[in-house]
Amino acid sequence: MSTRYSFLALVSVSILLFSSCQKASKPLPIYGQREAIQVKNNDGSTEIDTIYQTIPAFSFLNQDSLPLTNKAFENKIYIADFFFTSCSTICPIMHRNMKTIFDEYKENPEVMFLSHTIDFKYDTPSKLKKYAIKLGVDGPKWQFAYGSKDSIYTLAEKNYLVAVMEDSTAKETYVHQGWLVLIDKHKRIRGAYDGTKTDQVAKLKQDIPVLLAEEQK
Amino acid sequence: MFFSFSLMIAVMIYSCQDAEQLKQQVYYTNGRDLYIKHCQNCHGINGEGLGQLAPPLTDSTFLKEHRGKLACYIKYGISDTVLTIHNQSYEGKMPDNPGLANIDIAQLLVYITNTYGNKQGMFTPEQVAKDLESCK
Repeated sequence: MSTRYSFLALVSVSILLFSSCQKASKPLPIYGQREAIQVKNNDGSTEIDTIYQTIPAFSFLNQDSLPLTNKAFENKIYIADFFFTSCSTICPIMHRNMKTIFDEYKENPEVMFLSHTIDFKYDTPSKLKKYAIKLGVDGPKWQFAYGSKDSIYTLAEKNYLVAVMEDSTAKETYVHQGWLVLIDKHKRIRGAYDGTKTDQVAKLKQDIPVLLAEEQK
Repeated sequence: MFFSFSLMIAVMIYSCQDAEQLKQQVYYTNGRDLYIKHCQNCHGINGEGLGQLAPPLTDSTFLKEHRGKLACYIKYGISDTVLTIHNQSYEGKMPDNPGLANIDIAQLLVYITNTYGNKQGMFTPEQVAKDLESCK
């Protein structure tokens, strides 16, 4: 008799545990290189800490021809991508999808957007401004970054892990991937989603509240 | 046996709708595939456009008034022309599609001008060829 009760209790406890696990959403993974270092605590003892890959300091011009640095994204989570204004292949879909997220978080100052142009020849800040107005997203919440080929391309490949290249044989000169990269308040990569695929964009929409909740802890 | 059966089916379909209508439906279906491939990125799944970057394709009056120019827009793109669509002006560029054959353009136009609430009938490759002659 008592074994039967304890068995029942065990089952109900495990069900409870299981359901509570399901309710709390899993934290998002942290992507990129990592490194373990030894840190000294105040009392002299040492501890192992992990250093994650972060987006390094950058300095570009935005659509208003004003300097744009990491400062603008302090204490924000943001979605970054690489595009160019005359691109008619994947960019319109990426930005159509990004705009739905933009509209969803219009009132939330913690969420920002950062689009880097990879067309360093044509997409000057004034062209970016025009594009932002036409897309209907002009304002500080969605920043458009213009920089030298070297600085943008290095940042894309080394830090945001997005492949971009200039290819004179391609119809529109530039080739790039359509990742929307989710960055947390500590400048770490927490997700990358194909901005041209509906299901991946839906996943991004699910992950943003998870990341926002984590940051509030 | 099979032949006569399919002939019977064909006659049944044929009697329901005349050949012209059938042809237009085939154009429409093919046109939708071409639309997804060549146009949907910018103009959207429902022809809604994208902000002021790409105009919607839902302005029936515009489509009617520019019927003879539509083939040119698709084949050669648009630049340095301001178009007024739904009382909103659109400037900027539309890319060209030099690889599209006349029949592709005809099918695309049948789709675009007969969907999203538009109902403007048939385009033939011959008509497209004629329209393309007077583009510039």
